[in-house]
Amino acid sequence: MCLAVPGKIIKIDKEKKQAVIDYGSGTKRKANISFLRVSVNDYVLVHAGFAIQKVDPKDAQETLAVFHDMVDEGAEK
Amino acid sequence: MFSLKDKKLSKKIIQQIKDSNVSLTFMHVCGTHQDSLMKNGLDSLLKEAGVTIIQGPGCPVCVTTPREIEEMIHLAKQGHIITSYGDMINVPGQHHSLRYLRTEGHDVRTVYSIEDAVSLAEQKPNKQIVFMAVGFETTAPSTAAVLLNNPPENFSILCCHRLIPPALKAIVEMGEINIDGFIEPGHVATIIGVHPFSFLSETYHIPQVITGFEPIDLLMAALMLVKQIKNDKPIIQNEYTRAVKEEGNIVAQQLLKKVFSRENKEWRGFSTIPSSGLKLQSAFQKYDARIKFDEELRHLKNQTFSEPKGCRCGELLRGLIIPQDCPLFAKTCTPSHPVGPCMVSDEGSCHITFKYTKS
Repeated sequence: MCLAVPGKIIKIDKEKKQAVIDYGSGTKRKANISFLRVSVNDYVLVHAGFAIQKVDPKDAQETLAVFHDMVDEGAEK
Repeated sequence: MFSLKDKKLSKKIIQQIKDSNVSLTFMHVCGTHQDSLMKNGLDSLLKEAGVTIIQGPGCPVCVTTPREIEEMIHLAKQGHIITSYGDMINVPGQHHSLRYLRTEGHDVRTVYSIEDAVSLAEQKPNKQIVFMAVGFETTAPSTAAVLLNNPPENFSILCCHRLIPPALKAIVEMGEINIDGFIEPGHVATIIGVHPFSFLSETYHIPQVITGFEPIDLLMAALMLVKQIKNDKPIIQNEYTRAVKEEGNIVAQQLLKKVFSRENKEWRGFSTIPSSGLKLQSAFQKYDARIKFDEELRHLKNQTFSEPKGCRCGELLRGLIIPQDCPLFAKTCTPSHPVGPCMVSDEGSCHITFKYTKS
């Protein structure tokens, strides 16, 4: 139930607060976007049919860089 | 694109934990965390490094009480259409599961989203559609959004939403188990933010790390908790910054405030946990299945409901045992013939353990 899957917004129906999300490998599904301000091409985490947060693919690489720093800092102590 | 893989870093993290020379127990409250731990063999790697990780009451299907399941079973038998997320309909009730009722001709359906249940209500105006609203803070805003959007009057929910921080407080206050740190659920925090967890570190001096779901997230969380303990500075840290903002999702929080208020709630395996449940505010009572079908459900009020015979899900949900401690595990209780909810749900500790060790 905590599972949330990232996908890319490819179409938005503003009136209905719905978007079509592309999860890759040909899987496309509608999600409700009423919790977020989003645009086409944004990436979102979707839980039980609702987008709960915007995410940025760049953050994954940045996170790894931060983790490296934290771990290396610990090793030096 | 969103996965974090770095074998070298993982090895370094585990080595640092090993070098810390600790013997600690951390609890997480999320089936997705448990799945990631077991799927990637992190549970045993961390154990060798001195860190045992156990699953607490972090499976919404598992903590739903026998009474709530009986309420739904009873409403199905009255001829109403029952809708729920997938796992829920397989949990055994006092005599059978919601899924079993299909064999008796009752209408029980699984849905991907609460919006599918609303669409069904629009398509079938002459039937009552009841949605079993389970889930923690991650899921409850979707229920709120739907109810604020004027669903048809033949739609209602049996509200079973529960809140994570009060359950963590209950675990600490019960004192049955010594927990050195909490691995907090990333997607609950995506909604509520960081602050609602703070009191656990401030009042009970428990280290906490809000954690993502990649293997490296869990390893990092373990290291961050170990460091907090070594430095004797218990705080709430956010490891999952790529999805969890300090303030959480404010729109979702506002929806929750508009629709729900808090109530004391019973959890499977626990007695009543103060302020741990959500109930509908009076403006939304017409969508409250317990009020709408009060007469049909009244006779259940004074009844007591028991756990399945021999099932130890309650102790498992309090972190006191692991699945292998239960005599039923993988013998009379399997995913194809589950006795208790922890073997039913994809998020349940027994189901996950069976998946990665027995099948």
